[in-house]
Amino acid sequence: MGAHPREITKAEHDLAAMFARTEATEVARDAFALFSTMGLPHRRVEAWHYTDLRAKLGDIAPLAKAPSAELVGQVASELDAASVSAARIVFVDGRFVAGASRLSALPAGVRVGESDAVPVWPEVARDEPTIALNAAFAPSATVIEIAAGADVVAPIEIYSYVTAAAQTYARILVRVGAGVRATIVETHDGEGAGAHQKNSALIFEIGDDARVEHIARHVDESAEATHVASFAATLGARAQLDSFALVAGGALTRRQLYVRFDGDHARVGLRGAALLRGNQHCDTTLVVDHAALDCESRERFKHIVEDEATGVYQGKVIVRPGAQKTDGAMKSDAILLSESARMHNKPELEIFADDVVCGHGATVGALDDEQLFYLRARGLPKAEAETLLLEAFAGEVIEAVRDETMQEALRADAQAWLSERHS
Amino acid sequence: MLEIRNLTVKIAEDDKTIIDGLSLTVKDGEVAAIMGPNGSGKSTLSYAIAGKEDYEIVEGEVLLDGKNILEMAADERAAKGLFLAFQYPIEIPGVATMTFLKAAMNAQRKKRGEGELSTPDFMRTVRAGAEKLQVPMDMLKRGLNVGFSGGEKKRMEILQMALLAPTFGILDETDSGLDIDALRIVADGVNALRDPKRGFLVITHYQRLLDYIRPDTVHVMARGKIVRSGGPELALELEKNGYRDYVSEAA
Repeated sequence: MGAHPREITKAEHDLAAMFARTEATEVARDAFALFSTMGLPHRRVEAWHYTDLRAKLGDIAPLAKAPSAELVGQVASELDAASVSAARIVFVDGRFVAGASRLSALPAGVRVGESDAVPVWPEVARDEPTIALNAAFAPSATVIEIAAGADVVAPIEIYSYVTAAAQTYARILVRVGAGVRATIVETHDGEGAGAHQKNSALIFEIGDDARVEHIARHVDESAEATHVASFAATLGARAQLDSFALVAGGALTRRQLYVRFDGDHARVGLRGAALLRGNQHCDTTLVVDHAALDCESRERFKHIVEDEATGVYQGKVIVRPGAQKTDGAMKSDAILLSESARMHNKPELEIFADDVVCGHGATVGALDDEQLFYLRARGLPKAEAETLLLEAFAGEVIEAVRDETMQEALRADAQAWLSERHS
Repeated sequence: MLEIRNLTVKIAEDDKTIIDGLSLTVKDGEVAAIMGPNGSGKSTLSYAIAGKEDYEIVEGEVLLDGKNILEMAADERAAKGLFLAFQYPIEIPGVATMTFLKAAMNAQRKKRGEGELSTPDFMRTVRAGAEKLQVPMDMLKRGLNVGFSGGEKKRMEILQMALLAPTFGILDETDSGLDIDALRIVADGVNALRDPKRGFLVITHYQRLLDYIRPDTVHVMARGKIVRSGGPELALELEKNGYRDYVSEAA
């Protein structure tokens, strides 16, 4: 990192002490060594400029314990009621738990296993300290294989359930075979877990012609939770990935997405909505790397920010030399509902090819007074008029979710958040 | 009945008086037309009556059926029975027209202590109203006013007025941007709502609209006041001589 000797923070010191007490694999030891050279990211690191994790992470919670049989049983019966999908893969306090999952409901051709040989860096995300930390502490990676020819009709849900104010680490690799169509739902639930600290990594390897929809729900999070969620994906030729995230819960949520086109004629849509109030802080930072011919990427994010909350969107689209016919469009819009709400927008394009169409835009504003007056002149009270406009604002990205059940569920989540505004 | 008494209105931002001690009474069943040159304050008058917050009421009263509405929020005025057909209806992407109509109708019913409309009743009412104004059903599924032509927007305004059945309607330059066929449809829609219990204030720059919506009284507005009142013949006189008499008085 350079000439200046780095001061080790208390959190970093505690992490090192905790790591020394784990039974680490070779990958984990490499990972922690890599993390140690970088330390916790801070505001002088460009990708973390608006989210100073080093400053925000004062105390490190203890590492989560392996869940007891009793807890697993309890979670299993609770999830039968709450889970959106029959086919679910459950993580309790960061660990994959077959006993709380519904593996028998997975379609033929879908297998869940574990591996301690998944490399520290996903193909597309190197040198990110929080990912190294994830590899160091995730006991082993969970590998979900969806073989070519698998017939995945209903969504497969990855349910991450946290029960204690502890640190949890989960590392999940999803290999999607050629031509497969699948919907993967990622649910984060930690409502009763207090100030827990989660570090999750979800890595997709998407084969040629596959079509994946990924939906992440950060809604039922504890109000004090810190969550660093990494998402990395590589796409084969003609593949399609649509990823949507709704963030409404948690105290600090950092979503970092890394996507690379490895094959030609592929398409990616990254979308999301964040509904923030109180002191919530939500940072979405993404890199889309066009390294192949004739690929299309769409990034579309919406933030509604109230009270003292902060939204961050940083998006970088890279078009490599030779990635001709690239079609990229990025847009981030935010509505601030109070004087002290904050939004930081930083869209970036790095284009090294000449035959491309790329654009980006970002807006930050209040609700439109003219629209509000029009609605109120028709008899809608202020609160109801605002709700209608905000629902429409968030709805513009939610409607891109193809899975209808999930789209409905996300709309209901947004409505629930909006109805709490005036209660 | 709408009674405007000695109303003085400023633009909140720049301290400029737009309406200057204006008084006017429009009785139940009466259609009153306000005509005037550009910049006379016609649109400000309609916004101030409807409750737009950019305007500051310096003094005066506006009574709707005997009650001063100036203290009320825009939605309360609407629930009390006031309707403003906008000169430039606002586009609201993402809010389906149908969703909006239902929300507006139910909000007003709720304020008046009536129950919500059932979906079949709502659909029936909207369908019947839309048909009369030649508003196709697929327009109602689109975002409110989004991508509507000028004529479609004005038809939508009148449809809303028909559905909300106000006790008093203000039409702000409803004829602007309309071709003759659209003007006829809109005017028919308004005429169908004429009722001994309902008054209208029709604001227009041109006499043309008044060939289709026949006013009972005509008032000339200049420099924020009513400067002359008369019957329908006054509109014809204005059409012939223009507004120069009223503009030059300023000098």
